[in-house]
Amino acid sequence: MSDTTTDTTAKAGDEQGIGAAGSQLSTAPREEQPNLPSLGVIGWARWFWRQLTSMRVALLLLLLLSLAAIPGSLIPQTGIDETRVADFREQHEVLAPVYDKLGLFNVYSSVWFSAIYILLFVSLIGCIVPRTWQFVGQLRGRPPRAPRRLDRLPAHTTWRTATEPEEVREAALALLKKRRFRAVLAGDAVAAEKGYLREVGNLAFHIALIVMLIAFAWGQLFKSEGNKLIVEGDGFSNTLPQYDDFKSGNLFDVGDLEPFSFTVKDFRGTYERSGPNKGTPRTYEAELTYSEGAYGEEKKTTVKVNKPLEIGDAKVYLVSHGYAPVVTVRDGNGEVVYRNAVPLLPLDGNVTSSGVIKVLDGYRNPEGEKEQLGFNAFFVPTFGGSASGTMLSQFPALDYPVLALSAYHGDLKADSGIPQSVYQMDKTKMEEFKDADGELFKQMLTPGETMTLPDGAGSVTFEKDVKEWAGFQIVQEPGGGWALGGAVVAIGGLAGSLFIQRRRVWVRAVKGADGVTVVEMGGLGRSESAKVPEELGDLAEILYDRAPGAPGPDGPHDPDDPTEASAAAADPPASDSATESDVEPAEGAEKQ
Amino acid sequence: MTLAAATDLAGAATQLAAATNESLAEMSNVLIYSAMAVYTLAFFAYIAEWIFGSRSKVARTAAALTPKAQEAEGGPAVTVRQGGGTAVLERPKVAVRATAGTRDVPDGPGAHGGDEQGDLYGRIAVSLTVLAFLLALGGVVTRALSVERAPWGNMYEFNITFSTTAVGVYLALLALKKNVRWIGLFLTTAVLLDLGLAVTVLYTESDQLVPALHSYWLYIHVSTAILCGAVFYVGAMGTIMYLFKDSYENKLVNGGKPGAFATSVMERLPAASSLDKFAYRVNAAVFPLWTFTIIAGAIWAGDAWGRYWGWDPKETWSFITWVAYAGYLHARATAGWKGRKAAYLALAAFACWLFNYYGVNIFVSGKHSYADVGLGALAAVGF
Ligand code: HEM
Repeated sequence: MSDTTTDTTAKAGDEQGIGAAGSQLSTAPREEQPNLPSLGVIGWARWFWRQLTSMRVALLLLLLLSLAAIPGSLIPQTGIDETRVADFREQHEVLAPVYDKLGLFNVYSSVWFSAIYILLFVSLIGCIVPRTWQFVGQLRGRPPRAPRRLDRLPAHTTWRTATEPEEVREAALALLKKRRFRAVLAGDAVAAEKGYLREVGNLAFHIALIVMLIAFAWGQLFKSEGNKLIVEGDGFSNTLPQYDDFKSGNLFDVGDLEPFSFTVKDFRGTYERSGPNKGTPRTYEAELTYSEGAYGEEKKTTVKVNKPLEIGDAKVYLVSHGYAPVVTVRDGNGEVVYRNAVPLLPLDGNVTSSGVIKVLDGYRNPEGEKEQLGFNAFFVPTFGGSASGTMLSQFPALDYPVLALSAYHGDLKADSGIPQSVYQMDKTKMEEFKDADGELFKQMLTPGETMTLPDGAGSVTFEKDVKEWAGFQIVQEPGGGWALGGAVVAIGGLAGSLFIQRRRVWVRAVKGADGVTVVEMGGLGRSESAKVPEELGDLAEILYDRAPGAPGPDGPHDPDDPTEASAAAADPPASDSATESDVEPAEGAEKQ
Repeated sequence: MTLAAATDLAGAATQLAAATNESLAEMSNVLIYSAMAVYTLAFFAYIAEWIFGSRSKVARTAAALTPKAQEAEGGPAVTVRQGGGTAVLERPKVAVRATAGTRDVPDGPGAHGGDEQGDLYGRIAVSLTVLAFLLALGGVVTRALSVERAPWGNMYEFNITFSTTAVGVYLALLALKKNVRWIGLFLTTAVLLDLGLAVTVLYTESDQLVPALHSYWLYIHVSTAILCGAVFYVGAMGTIMYLFKDSYENKLVNGGKPGAFATSVMERLPAASSLDKFAYRVNAAVFPLWTFTIIAGAIWAGDAWGRYWGWDPKETWSFITWVAYAGYLHARATAGWKGRKAAYLALAAFACWLFNYYGVNIFVSGKHSYADVGLGALAAVGF
């Protein structure tokens, strides 16, 4: 970078009266005056880039990002809960279109939100690259030379000794090196620095942020996600047509689907029987056999709520559960025309369920004509009893299952070419079966019971065996490993960056006017920390042992030494202040 | 009917377990109420400390900042280095001085103001706080035993756990010999409010839900979240006090005359720069843990909900809190943002944390809504 940088650097050092010694303790970009460029496009571009990569703008972008994330938590989001968005649209006819325009139903994929974080990450890259170079430069160079006045440093100590200056410097150099400082002898002083890991941690943290963002974006682009409802005993193989519904990221390719298949052997659910949380699931798991690849060997596993089955990048989650009563339909002659476990969809927490039974082929009415049958089914695993006045289920387990059916016949229009939901019946060409009163024919059945359709049209049996089904979500999101790795590095880097102090120590030893050696030590940390004087005290103590104090006049007297001038102003016996505790290590140095 | 028989049997077993659980739950309530009583005593003892402390007239801040003291140019170093090489065997002393740009002000002596009796009350207050903490801890543990799960299934449990953790953090700092005793009064006030809210508005009967649907990531996630909150809370106290003390010092520097009450209180607090440093260290120390908390939550969400990040309101506000604290840390490294502006940012970040807990639970519905329905519903989401 240009001379501006050097200028400010020098100034920052001068402020402390310690020259260049205090500079470059961090690779943080210096704040520059926003002097507007008068040059053309390139000048502007350079100016813009400098602004973007300055700490000030990074800070503003961070604050903007947190502000921008707020509306998405308060306004319903399409990506999270579409029904709530629909409700909102209905209730706010004026606001909703405005929100739509502003992307407020899709905050986290909106243009403005993306713009903020992309700018932030461009800024981040623009910040990391020069800082890395600068840091490498610092590692190659030597610790800065001792400032002229060591007593201006935040931590300082001095004493007189009979030991020769060269010996003191040698001892200091050895000591600092042993303490894993990078130390060099320069002129009459030893310069040492430690704590580079702080900068490493900081850079690693910021780079890890980029890795995480890329991994997340990658995952979104190549993601696929689908649902499949499977009745006990049935199976699934991971191909597109097998899914009930499926969505995927922009760059997803069908060929990317992880090849595997599985069969649901058993679903087990038990529920809290009493207390305020009655009905809450206690065990909730599906037992599967699965095989990886096209012809993989069969393995057994149990999928629970917090424990998906993982195959490659794919994860199979257990997300829902319901009942599938087994129903047998016979025609007027008693021939079985339909026998199936019919999965019904739960309507509430106690698994009150509804659905449709469709008999498409094989049925002939008493006149011998081909016809289709349809039944609206309503099912409760625990019936409240006819006295309870409610048809809603009282408990999620199969305590008192009841199936209620109403019957239709005619044409289900299943062959019209339009895909049909298996849970809904198109009644436009269907006719109701009528009971004796001319009402829709319906009946409640307990397991094993059979209802006979009017006019010899046949019968429907609710078999004793009520099966259960499990709903699975199969998610394939690559990049998870990278995101996790990034996260681990980020935390480590952050800890390094925040807990490690980068600091410098200088030891000067020179012959005073009276021929006695004066040792001076100074310490400087990037932020004022009690640790710096503490460490300096430690080092001084050891060095003092090697170069013990010598008697002398009034010590290294320095008439314009502010510390002495202020000695009277300060409060020497201030027994309990924190300042005092800052100095404690020095007193430790005095002990023994 | 076999089914009914089975139900009866299960019922009998639950009742048996319920009896012990109920007595544990009762014990927990008694302990929490006792803790509140002792916290109240501690509260009064802290007040006594402040009152007796006001007798002594320490005005070191004023002394350091009034024009006379300033004449010793260059900002006086606070301590004196060794007074020359008078004796051969004296060891070197380290002189500490503030770097340029920061004021060189000695810390106040603490709430007792150097007064002996005040100090005694302060010590009593701390002892009472320890006792109350132990009682509250017992309350939390028995509650956890009674519900046979971690004690944060609803807002009542979360509140008692949270305040107990906050006091634990305070006591830990004291044990580390940090200059934090002055926080005691503000902390017990907040803890009493928090517990009062818990036992009156938020109280939820102990329930025996045994969620088989848990994941250890969830436990890690919630426990670190509570710890982070408690530490952020202590940091926010430091920040608020910094803002007051800084105004006080500014007033002195500009030749103003603060009121007698302000002087009495402020003179006893640590210097503004110490408070600022304290708040920074506390916040910075816990920031990596907060980062970890969010990541643990994401891992858990990945296992439970099929995506590790989905902008659920709770996730979103954790993220906002995180970015706000990152902003604060950045601000401290940015010229023009140090000091008061950064402090305001820290407070905003803490406000985000508070909103994430109270606001989101109460006003916003999301997958995390465990405000009243218990952990079961949290884990049973999606059914
Ligand atoms: C993506 C958003 C960012 C986040 C979450 C973030 C987070 C952090 C955190 C938590 C720290 C504290 C570590 C410490 O105090 O040592 C930090 C320090 C730092 N960040 Fe960032 N940062 C982001 C973007 C940026 C950008 C864009 C820049 C460059 C302009 C930048 C430059 C720095 C620097 C120079 C430091 C070290 C400051 C110092 O030496 O104290 N960061 N960052």
